[in-house]
Amino acid sequence: MLLALDTSSPQVSVALARDADVLDEAASEQTMKHGEQLAPMVAALLERTGTDRGELTAIAAGVGPGPFTGLRVGLVTARTLGHVLGIPVYGVCSLDVLAAEAVLTGDVAEDFVVATDARRREVYWARYGPRAERLTDPAVDRPLDVDWAGPVVGEGASLYPATFPLGLAPERPSAGWLARLVAEERATLLEPEPMYLRRPDAVAPGKPKSVS
Amino acid sequence: MTEPLVLGIETSCDETGVGIVRGNTLLADAVASSVEEHARFGGVVPEVASRAHLEAMVPTIERACGTAGIRLQDVDAIAVTSGPGLAGALLVGVASAKALALGLGKPLYGVNHLAAHVAVDQLEHGPLPEPCLAMLVSGGHSSLLRVEDVTLGVEPLGATIDDAAGEAFDKVARLLGLPFPGGPHIDRAAQSGSSVYVDFPRGLTSRRDLERHRFDFSFSGLKTSVARWVEARERAGEPVPVADVAASFQEAVCDVLVRKAVDAASDQGIDDILIGGGVAANTRLRAMATERAAAAGIRVRVPRPGLCTDNGAMVAALGAELVARGRDASSLDLPADSSQPITTVVA
Ligand SMILES: [Zn+2]
Repeated sequence: MLLALDTSSPQVSVALARDADVLDEAASEQTMKHGEQLAPMVAALLERTGTDRGELTAIAAGVGPGPFTGLRVGLVTARTLGHVLGIPVYGVCSLDVLAAEAVLTGDVAEDFVVATDARRREVYWARYGPRAERLTDPAVDRPLDVDWAGPVVGEGASLYPATFPLGLAPERPSAGWLARLVAEERATLLEPEPMYLRRPDAVAPGKPKSVS
Repeated sequence: MTEPLVLGIETSCDETGVGIVRGNTLLADAVASSVEEHARFGGVVPEVASRAHLEAMVPTIERACGTAGIRLQDVDAIAVTSGPGLAGALLVGVASAKALALGLGKPLYGVNHLAAHVAVDQLEHGPLPEPCLAMLVSGGHSSLLRVEDVTLGVEPLGATIDDAAGEAFDKVARLLGLPFPGGPHIDRAAQSGSSVYVDFPRGLTSRRDLERHRFDFSFSGLKTSVARWVEARERAGEPVPVADVAASFQEAVCDVLVRKAVDAASDQGIDDILIGGGVAANTRLRAMATERAAAAGIRVRVPRPGLCTDNGAMVAALGAELVARGRDASSLDLPADSSQPITTVVA
């Protein structure tokens, strides 16, 4: 049994799969508040499917890129649960999950870009080929600097329609698709490390300011 | 029931702490600190701390279990600091604690960081006197509390109205060219200095201030006064006697802290003062408090320095007390509350 979760978007998404069958999945009704919502959602998922935590054999987690705070909630949960249960934890780029869903549901059949909300008027993005193969490393840029006139999958298109007029579904990564990709061995597996893409905001202080 | 085996997680600032206790017995206290990553910024950078917590979390849990010689499956309950503290940093610990509770099928207690600073002394000196007067002094807080039962709530008597005591140590250390964190460096420098070299002001001790702020603290004026003094020396082209300034500054801080703690205990009719928080590691504070309290017929308890600074053992200690007294556990939707009030012991 594979537990999948993604906290890289404003919505928490969880899913449980046996082999490639997704038994159940859920997305949070509330946006944000990943820390409050994730653990109860996992507990409810196990309960709804009548799964004992001991039956879990692996955990897959979206590693973003995405807003840091939510991303860390997902990854520390996955790592800790993996440690307690003694099962492997896989990371998957959340943009890859969006790309795979778009291609496998037939929404795109040509080169495209996946763009998600990076806040501060920027997007996290990467370019993909028609079989959802990633062609560029995930990056964070202003929408105008992405320089792409083709189809765009993900929330970035609905946030910046003037820059990305060819917006396509899905908007946010789903743990159900994440579970499917991992179970079907279509995903590029990574360490469960967050893709931050930005350095922490921090400035070294200058000389103490004069008080007299 | 045999004494509860509790694992406690602390991530409210820059230390990733995991402690394991059985009742009042400390079995492990593993701490991973990101303090060196913050040193060049002269203070804790929240995002840097949060990133470090994520990386250190599971290895620190493993290390604590190894030291305690237990398996995670043996644990009876998980406790975690749910606040107050840095929001993003707290969240890493809280999420990890929930995953432990979920993965082990054990209860979760989201506890108050300040109450944990009080409870930790049980590991060293046994059950807390009830009531006791707790003085918590660190880089993030300076408060005087009346503690009747640490598992039910504590009553704030006074707190800093500006800088925390530890913050004043950091800022003055910077003025004197000493490294971050300032506390231990000022303490060391002061050993060879004169505490009466400069008569720095004692904040909120004038008769007028005592009417409104009898048990409150203020350290911002003291810090400014040290800065003025140092600048005047520098302008005059004279060397700054670092040891003497450090000793005089430290004397002013400790004097106010101890004076108010003893006054509060006497006022409340309490015979025991308990000191906690990072500044409680200061050697002058420990000595002065013991001496002056004794003169007033009051006992002082201070845990050893390693238990005064932020750590997981204090969280585990409070957790064990909550389990022992049959208090309700938290639910899995427990939030991290960066401004959790001191009156909320379990969130
Ligand atoms: Zn503290």
